[in-house]
Amino acid sequence: MLMFLLRRLAVALSVVLTVSVIAFLLLHLSGDLALAIAGPEASPEQVAQVRAQFGLDRPMIVQYGAWLADAARFDFGRSFYFRDTVAALVVQRMPVTLTLGAISLGVALVIAIPLGVLAAVKRGSWIDRAALIFCALGQAIPTFWLGLSLIILFAVNLRWLPVSGSATWAHYVLPSVALGWYAVPAVMRLTRNGMLDVLASDYIRTARAKGLRWPQVLFKHALRNAVVPVVALAAVQFGFMLGGSIVVEAVFSMQGLGHLAWEAIARKDFPVVQAVVMLLATIYIGLTLLADLLNAWLDPRIRVA
Amino acid sequence: MTSVSASGAAPLDDVPLRRSPLARMAKRALRHPGFMAGTVVLAVLLLCSLAAPLITAYDPYAQDISRRLLPPVWQAKGTWEHWLGTDKLGRDYFARLLYGGRISLLIGVATVLVSGTIGTALGVAAGFFGGRVDLVIGYIINVRLALPVVLVALAAAALVGSSLNTVIIVLGLLLWDRFAVVARSATQQIAGADFVAAARSIGCSTRLIVLSEVLPNILNPLIVIATLEMAHAILLEAALSFLGLGVQPPLPSWGLMIAEGKQFMFFSPWVITVPGVALVALVLAINLLGDGLRDVTAPENRS
Repeated sequence: MLMFLLRRLAVALSVVLTVSVIAFLLLHLSGDLALAIAGPEASPEQVAQVRAQFGLDRPMIVQYGAWLADAARFDFGRSFYFRDTVAALVVQRMPVTLTLGAISLGVALVIAIPLGVLAAVKRGSWIDRAALIFCALGQAIPTFWLGLSLIILFAVNLRWLPVSGSATWAHYVLPSVALGWYAVPAVMRLTRNGMLDVLASDYIRTARAKGLRWPQVLFKHALRNAVVPVVALAAVQFGFMLGGSIVVEAVFSMQGLGHLAWEAIARKDFPVVQAVVMLLATIYIGLTLLADLLNAWLDPRIRVA
Repeated sequence: MTSVSASGAAPLDDVPLRRSPLARMAKRALRHPGFMAGTVVLAVLLLCSLAAPLITAYDPYAQDISRRLLPPVWQAKGTWEHWLGTDKLGRDYFARLLYGGRISLLIGVATVLVSGTIGTALGVAAGFFGGRVDLVIGYIINVRLALPVVLVALAAAALVGSSLNTVIIVLGLLLWDRFAVVARSATQQIAGADFVAAARSIGCSTRLIVLSEVLPNILNPLIVIATLEMAHAILLEAALSFLGLGVQPPLPSWGLMIAEGKQFMFFSPWVITVPGVALVALVLAINLLGDGLRDVTAPENRS
């Protein structure tokens, strides 16, 4: 298990490093940064001054090394647009996105797992078919349009919930439904298929033959085993949600990391964009690593392979 | 694929085995409600957007400031003249919807051509050669998966300058991961097959084996992924355009129509409902078609 852990950790670290190269190159190879920062009306002297001020006159590899060394200490430099350090901005905006992601994941799991179990138990029934149609629909509805439609319905027409912002818990209800919705189909399908496999297995037949009651078999024996891959998927989906929250935050004007990134991209504020890309990628890599380890811990067969 | 498994397969009880594999596939397709629904809706949307000039006389770019934000016909002040209403510049909404369908379909097809080529090449190489090649390509796939798609696409579009071509190239360079994963595992299954060994034994080059033995046999799952990824690309284009860094005005992209309608949605919700419903219908149709294809082309010994 230790070897497995170390190997996975090494791979994860090198993926983080590769992502950092991409994040760095993405913004440095796309044109003259000094020109972009100084603006179109700047004189050549001003551009040269900006170049020296931000260290853009150094060789690319030196710039990357310096940036990476700083980034490892969570120092992403100063924002070009916001008068603050990038790290301070990120720390300030992070809680909104993390809260939104966590609630969205909760919403997705609460809808998807019971629906998946029900669909598996009543396989072929109208419930099963309705759940699958619900899934197909879920994947076809664009998150941003769902968000806008929810605003029109629940905030404007019914006046139950606020239109936008992130001040109270009520502000999180519509955004997390919009964001969580997209994860429902994947989680539901996996729960349904897992349950179908488990329900057909010998130990479920044994449990029933012993005379255990059906609810006990279902929840204590079947669901427990079927839910293992779902936990791993949930970790990965949480990573996707943090990345996808940029759209939801834009729709609901929530001051989270995604909104920050969007503003930064529109204003060519590169240090902020790099920091958010790095952060989201690192979180995602961490989550998949966690999911891998969890799976390996629960299922020894994976460790050996 | 069907021909490979037909001999040892448990015959489907509803389709007699004496028919040819293709005929059996067609028969299964006709009996698959999702596949048929998806095909019909997609065909209608495709025809409508291709034949847009025949269906509406309006120019999707022609502005008429005196007729701004006219409601659709089912609302109190709606008229049949502009039956889906007009937008904030007085452009006919139905015409914009029809021509916008072209953009979504173009994005879907073009993106998949780019991403499918990249993903298939990587996946086949990983599956066919195995060993170190497989490790390296697996690593590349992991790196790609770690990149947040929307964010990277937005940043890239902002840097290069957002346009229809940028969207296609950026999405094409980002959405190849599922092609690679599926092509890899499908190729792994094929690589050890007798007919590959036979081709090698008669002196076929690697290139010939890949092109004439491997690719035709992994085509079915790749077509399924291509349909599903097409829907994915269409959704992402809409999101990018909505965020202002996708297709640029005055092009009638559905995502852009929703973005432009956003400021009016409190008083005229139909400005976002109409393009939204079109988007859902298109994506749903493509997804149903893809899921249906998976069932229809699945090897017959798999229940």
